[in-house]
Amino acid sequence: MATLELTLGEDVQAQPAQRGRRLGPLFWAAIGWVVFVFAAAVFADMLPLPSPTDMDMLAWRAPFSAEHWLGTDGLGRDELSRLVYGARVSLVVGLCAPVIGFVLGGGLGLLAGYFRGQFETLVVGSMDVLLAFPPLIFALAVTAFLGQSIMNLTCILGVLSIPAFMRVARAATLTLARREFVIAAQALGATHARILIRELLPNVALPLLAYFLLVVAVIILVEGSLAFLGLGVPPPIPSWGSMIGEGRESLDVAPRLAFIPAIAMFLTVLSFNLVGDTLRAITDPRQGAL
Amino acid sequence: MVFFIARRLLYLVPVLIAVSLLTFSIASLLPGDLAYVILGDQATPEKVAALRADMGLDQPILWRYLGWLGHVLQGDFGRSFRTGQTVLQAVAERLPISIELMLLAQLGALAIGVPVAIICAARSGGPFDRFMTGTAFGMLSVPTFLSAILLIYLFAVELRVLPATGYVPLAEDPLANLRFFVLPSLTLVLAEWAGIMRVLRSDMIATLQEDYIALAKAKGLTPSRILFVHALKPSSLTLVTVTGINIGRLIGGAVIVETIFALPGIGRLLVSAISTRDLIILQGVVLLVAAGFVIMNFIVDTLYAVLDPRIRHGHA
Amino acid sequence: MTGTPLLSVERVAVDLPSARGNLRAVDQVDLSLDAGRTLGIVGESGCGKTMLSRAILQLLPKKARLSGRVMFDGQDLAHCNPETLRKLRARSLAVVFQDPMTSLNPVLTIGTQLIETLQAHLELDMIAAKKRSVDLLAAVGIPAPDQRLTQYPHQLSGGMRQRVAIAIALSCEPKLLIADEPTTALDVTIQAQILDLLAREQKRRHMAMIIITHDLGVVAGRTDEVAVMYAGRVVERAPTQALFKQMHMPYTEALLAAIPKLETPPHTPLPAISGRPPDPTRPTKGCSFAPRCRYSAGRCESEKPPLVPAETSAHQFACFHPIKIAAGVGA
Repeated sequence: MATLELTLGEDVQAQPAQRGRRLGPLFWAAIGWVVFVFAAAVFADMLPLPSPTDMDMLAWRAPFSAEHWLGTDGLGRDELSRLVYGARVSLVVGLCAPVIGFVLGGGLGLLAGYFRGQFETLVVGSMDVLLAFPPLIFALAVTAFLGQSIMNLTCILGVLSIPAFMRVARAATLTLARREFVIAAQALGATHARILIRELLPNVALPLLAYFLLVVAVIILVEGSLAFLGLGVPPPIPSWGSMIGEGRESLDVAPRLAFIPAIAMFLTVLSFNLVGDTLRAITDPRQGAL
Repeated sequence: MVFFIARRLLYLVPVLIAVSLLTFSIASLLPGDLAYVILGDQATPEKVAALRADMGLDQPILWRYLGWLGHVLQGDFGRSFRTGQTVLQAVAERLPISIELMLLAQLGALAIGVPVAIICAARSGGPFDRFMTGTAFGMLSVPTFLSAILLIYLFAVELRVLPATGYVPLAEDPLANLRFFVLPSLTLVLAEWAGIMRVLRSDMIATLQEDYIALAKAKGLTPSRILFVHALKPSSLTLVTVTGINIGRLIGGAVIVETIFALPGIGRLLVSAISTRDLIILQGVVLLVAAGFVIMNFIVDTLYAVLDPRIRHGHA
Repeated sequence: MTGTPLLSVERVAVDLPSARGNLRAVDQVDLSLDAGRTLGIVGESGCGKTMLSRAILQLLPKKARLSGRVMFDGQDLAHCNPETLRKLRARSLAVVFQDPMTSLNPVLTIGTQLIETLQAHLELDMIAAKKRSVDLLAAVGIPAPDQRLTQYPHQLSGGMRQRVAIAIALSCEPKLLIADEPTTALDVTIQAQILDLLAREQKRRHMAMIIITHDLGVVAGRTDEVAVMYAGRVVERAPTQALFKQMHMPYTEALLAAIPKLETPPHTPLPAISGRPPDPTRPTKGCSFAPRCRYSAGRCESEKPPLVPAETSAHQFACFHPIKIAAGVGA
């Protein structure tokens, strides 16, 4: 799971031992954190924070103080404010990019798993082709083509997540299409569209949604990696990744500049992973009784 | 078995063709007139036009693609306009580094992940299992670049026992070479072992509940035999998939790690090719990397047949 | 003639904690079996017969709690150390499971699965182990036995696989063989062959055997004694012939009546037992069979009938209103 691992795949199964575990305190803590970060990002403008781009050269690399709760960075900008605004980028990209994958990948997977045959081979083959590309390179090349912006980043990462969603949707559809309720619907003369929309889609959507959260976690990591390399959202918009990248230079004198956004990113990714993993254990059709 | 391999090989061909097409398209769509970029300061409209005609840049894209493909199939991937190296030369220079990194990372991840997974599965639910599962889960949420910085901070800045960046070829000085590879490989190991451990553990726990394990116990076999012979083999399929995918991916160069630790591998080659618009290098290397990935998948599929005789005989 | 029995199950109970409460799968069962004799344990799905066999074999799931003693050859299997138990297996105690497709390891060859058993318990080198495996496969009626050694379970038919499983079970000359529904997963045409094979080997090796089944017809003529289980308890026990000649417990009678017979006229409705087995997480005060029994009356609802002897002490039943008239069929 090196740099860009957008194909977690349905291979990583939920452990049977945990299936019985209900939503424990960790789960709710994770949800709490996500809600907190989300709220902070959404209401950033209304919070009493200094602007994230205001440079106060008299107070650069300042330690924690009443004026700057988390200190300032190398250019005198308020760390806390940058952290909060940086959350915006991570969340926007993290939440919107997988939507593309969910809709397109999920749709393709559903159709491929239902209709089988040559269509399925074509879809799976196309995904294999897409997967063969080093994803980071793909992202870099296309960013060079289209320019660095939140929109472009979201689209690229969204496209890169299509194969993963396709796999999950296809696997779920393959399992479900052989269950009795589908055969019954076919026996009753239901059209393909009806079966797909009324019978299969609701059941496939559940594990897909659980997987969605896991992909959000990965996308946040990828966006962070790109930003770290200076190839994400361009300055002066703060992003956790670029903050960590900038903090790298002052590791020996002020490690907190790198570690504070790092902790924020870690906690957010961990929370999405936790929630997604728990939900996936609950909604996996292969483990459910019919 | 031969049939199985032949069928999979047949599937490879269209995929490779599609990959080459996609690679070429992306490279061609990059903005910036290639001729301008090459000529740089000396660009005049006449020279640009002449160079374009010379390089065939004014021909329709399909023509150029076929021309390129033709060359590729003869082993001629083209030449970088910046360094004058052929693509193959550039790759040959960088590949050993990426491969060394990949091997060290994979071996390290397997060396940690597999034993931990087996122990966890054998004592599932126990304290060790819960601790390791939690740790693995946490590690999966840590991005590579973060582990890299942490390791650098710990070993290079604070403890000063290992170098942060740099590289020495293996042939020149194996010991120094390995010293430079410790932190980069460790970074990757930290990310990879968790995935391996979770996958194998999950499969083994499921396998251990099968009837044939109960029968193996009923036959009075030793616990280690049951674990390593009866349980491990049927559980390794997903592990093989994940490892294969990881190797295939790492062949493309672990860009982040190579950048942070300044290792001259394939990843950095690609990144610089993009920024300098060295399209020939970009096309050629991406094609090679993608082809490598596809072939890796093929090897993984073949390994399936070796591991699970049901697949070999077309049953599973 | 009978000294101490080879196997003596004493007040064995198996509890399974579950989300819905404690599940008593086996409820205070006593059984005994002498060397060389065959016992049939009969009951419908969920009556606890498989759990009982797992309890005897010490292969219960991790969460299960066992109480009581399982005396085998003088040792209490429930309380002996794991290494002793492991050595006992195959050499003294062997098992054949229901579905050979899942009980044989799909990724190991038949040869490996046979040879490893032999090498684990007998001091045999590879050549001797291979030869012995071939002999075993031939003895259970598998054609071309030497070729089978390198084959995988999925390459054999269901009946063949079960024969292999039997060969594995017999490989170290066990004193007791437990066959848990050995023919349920097989075609009807093969069932008789497998049962005959088991009976033949049992006689030849003077082995004790327990056959677990839901089909009374299977135990007729192939067992020395029968124990009928319902809802985790033994409700009737007798030498086989005596049971079929004179059943006492209404459940046994109903079981027998539910077997389709050749002589009945066509279109006769099959007398299935109405109702369902009780929920094992909710133990009842009275007889577990009472809700489905056509003879049940007052006492049946409030007290559990104990096992009492019938005409001979070898025949026991648990019922307050046993059947008086001989309803059985000559076995």
